Amino acid sequence: MTLLSILGMISSAIFSGTSLLYTTLGETIHQRSGIVNLGLEGVMLISASSGFAVTAITGNPYLGVFIAMMAGGIMNMILGFLVVTRRANQLASGLALMFFGFGLSAIIGKPYVGTRINALPRLNLPGLSSLPRLYSSLFKFDFLIILVIPAAFFVWWLLFRTRWGLGLRAVGESADTAFASGRSPFLIRYQALFLGGMLTGLGAAHLSIAYTINWTEYMTGGRGFIAVALVIFSKWHPLRAILGALLFSGAVAFQLLLQSSGVQISPFLLDTIPYILTLLVLIVWGGARRHAAPASLGRIYQGVE
Amino acid sequence: MAKTKDVKSSVYVSMRGITKAFPNVLANDRIDLDIHASEIHALLGENGAGKSTLMKILYGFYRADAGEILLRDKSISINSPQDAREHHIGMVFQNFTQIPAFNVLENIALFLPDLQPVYKQSDVEERINEVSIRYGLHVDPYAIVSQLSIGEQQKIEILKLLLSDAKILILDEPTRVLAPHEVDALYEVLDILREDGYAIILITHKLNEVLACSDRITVLRGGEVAGTLLRSETSEEKLVEMMFSKKLVDVQKTEQGVQKISDTPILQLAGIETQGEGNSTSLKNLNLEIHSGEILGVAGVSGNGQKELGDVILGMEKSLAGEKLFFGKDMTNRPIGDIRRNGVGFIPENPLLMASIPYMTVLENMALTNTWRYSQQGGLQVDWEAVRADYQATQEDLGFPFSLYTLPRSLSGGNLQRMVIVREMTHDPQLLIASYLTRGLDVQSTLAARQALLKACENGAGVLLISEDLEELFALSDRLIILFNGEIAGEFIPSETTIYEVGHLMTGSEVKYVAER
Ligand SMILES: Nc1ncnc2c1ncn2[C@@H]1O[C@H](COP(=O)(O)OP(=O)(O)OP(=O)(O)O)[C@@H](O)[C@H]1O
Ligand SMILES: [Mg+2]
Repeated sequence: MTLLSILGMISSAIFSGTSLLYTTLGETIHQRSGIVNLGLEGVMLISASSGFAVTAITGNPYLGVFIAMMAGGIMNMILGFLVVTRRANQLASGLALMFFGFGLSAIIGKPYVGTRINALPRLNLPGLSSLPRLYSSLFKFDFLIILVIPAAFFVWWLLFRTRWGLGLRAVGESADTAFASGRSPFLIRYQALFLGGMLTGLGAAHLSIAYTINWTEYMTGGRGFIAVALVIFSKWHPLRAILGALLFSGAVAFQLLLQSSGVQISPFLLDTIPYILTLLVLIVWGGARRHAAPASLGRIYQGVE
Repeated sequence: MAKTKDVKSSVYVSMRGITKAFPNVLANDRIDLDIHASEIHALLGENGAGKSTLMKILYGFYRADAGEILLRDKSISINSPQDAREHHIGMVFQNFTQIPAFNVLENIALFLPDLQPVYKQSDVEERINEVSIRYGLHVDPYAIVSQLSIGEQQKIEILKLLLSDAKILILDEPTRVLAPHEVDALYEVLDILREDGYAIILITHKLNEVLACSDRITVLRGGEVAGTLLRSETSEEKLVEMMFSKKLVDVQKTEQGVQKISDTPILQLAGIETQGEGNSTSLKNLNLEIHSGEILGVAGVSGNGQKELGDVILGMEKSLAGEKLFFGKDMTNRPIGDIRRNGVGFIPENPLLMASIPYMTVLENMALTNTWRYSQQGGLQVDWEAVRADYQATQEDLGFPFSLYTLPRSLSGGNLQRMVIVREMTHDPQLLIASYLTRGLDVQSTLAARQALLKACENGAGVLLISEDLEELFALSDRLIILFNGEIAGEFIPSETTIYEVGHLMTGSEVKYVAER
């Protein structure tokens, strides 16, 4: 293992962790408001395909990112209509959303399979330009990567330092109490879904427009579900989510590195490393009473009697 | 002429023809209610009479089926608490509106009408401290609410109301879990607010408080107004007569015949110590005995270890040192199931959170603590018919009617307490731990619950009665201990002490005096 391959591993962890972290942040917001969004996978696919398509058509990756963001928010409005307005079961509705996303994204993306697009430009980080090109090219990041950690801090600030965040967390704990305080749990849940959907859309945009620069069917490969797991792993806290996303994508990159360096272990076994790691951390961290799930997570709010 | 006009103009809010039906009950039936500025208006009625429902409608938490609300003679529409709050209506709920996982500061901030979009915790803290000092309601802003006692939570509710800039204050049973001096302090605050022109609506079951402080009294009965009276025109007897159809029989302690079930104490605690997490109190070197046929009263201001005492006996909290003996058998740190099987009944301080599952029916809740009694075919089936028969018998004994087939969250506050009492009294408990036994109960149910407690004692049970209501403790206990800061600060026979002495010890002011004696 050379220094270059280790640096490569770190770089690839950062690239693949970015979309995961945006999505995890989105889901953190959903769940803090009391909604489990199991449809993330579908939302991501719609965002990734429509963002890619718009970039391909207009040649403007920034427009693509914006459209992906909006698509995420709008997809979540479908879920909002089902679980907030129609009071349907959240898990069933989420899965329905996912399958809907599978199908629709395939249709949207079909004409663009294999199309080359203008990717989101990668910026030279100051201070790294003196390194040899081979190294510095590993650490040329697009603006979505640069903004992902500030985004986590922003979500933290929003949830824990603003009036809106206080109300949102209150809805996730007890919608009745939030209602009694003069808020509308319905409205807050819609807002949470929209904002969370936009963050999910950013994650998906990074995947198709900046990282792989490609559209293939089902390209998210389970990221939506991993994000749900990471929310639990990070105990519904946006800053711990940074750690979770890095750890997970780091494990994936490490596993790829092992495979490519010809270690004699079954690749199927190696594939499971990130999941085993996640399980281990959950076992060690689990059970602390102070960071329990939002008390009315998954519960339907019936509204005024 | 001039006089009628005067009266009319001082009406602040009025509710006209308010009707509200829930499945199977008509909770409010064409209710008219006038509230004046500068008055304390008491709302009375037996459990389930519809008091809380009416007030939740005024606060916009429920929507009336019919009727209208007038503010200074102008019709207004209140469709949500937000509307009500804009009209300066504020409410303390009977079952609290707090988020257990939040700290006190966040809970209060949630209800601040003028909270900044980006708020500074220190600003909120300052405002809390200012008001809590002014009105003598002390709370730690950074304590997590789930770790606070019910009395402390009640204080937070009152603080929320005082900070909410409301001019019409609704207080739904604010005093049922407060200590005597806190009750006095609250009424002083209400007096000041009344002078300042606030309109105050007070729901309570304590008739002496009503007669001492209110200006006018409205009695509800079966969802209808039974009458509105000036305080000067009424008396306790008259109010009771308006509230109930039956005559009340006072509780008598019969001197004869306790059937002792055992000569060894039913429960012995020797040197019990616990470690309180966060803000909860730790018990220090606690020694007590409860004998068969005896009621041991526990006095103390809420938050001084009462909750922990109940929890440690039941086995919900671990003891770090000391021994717990049932009938002389060591049961220290055994699981709750084992303790329950020894015939221990438990009426906790917050029945909504600690004794019921809100999303299961009342009947299912009843079977919950006794599943082993009703299971058939090795636990594959539950004998629901037997459950129903058992609990209905107790309901009839106590005179506590409520439906077994609704959800606990739709029971009135008093009926929820009745549910827990019925459940815990049904299987002839040998030891009964009762916190705030009569909280939220109307006068009649209070008497019935006390009677049931005495009857259990006559059958040989031992009772630990935790309360802040000193009159209740003095009337029922054979012995009385006072908890202060997790320690026993004094032990008395009720007939050999006075309410004042005990009251002082509860606030910790004379711990030294007793120790020296
Ligand atoms: N959300 C609800 N769903 C169904 N029934 C309800 C609901 N809230 C109250 N009720 C019923 O309406 C009736 C009146 O209840 P309410 O809470 O107003 O009584 P209350 O006068 O406040 O009694 P208490 O003194 O016990 O608090 C009761 O029969 C109660 O079971
Ligand atoms: Mg009530």
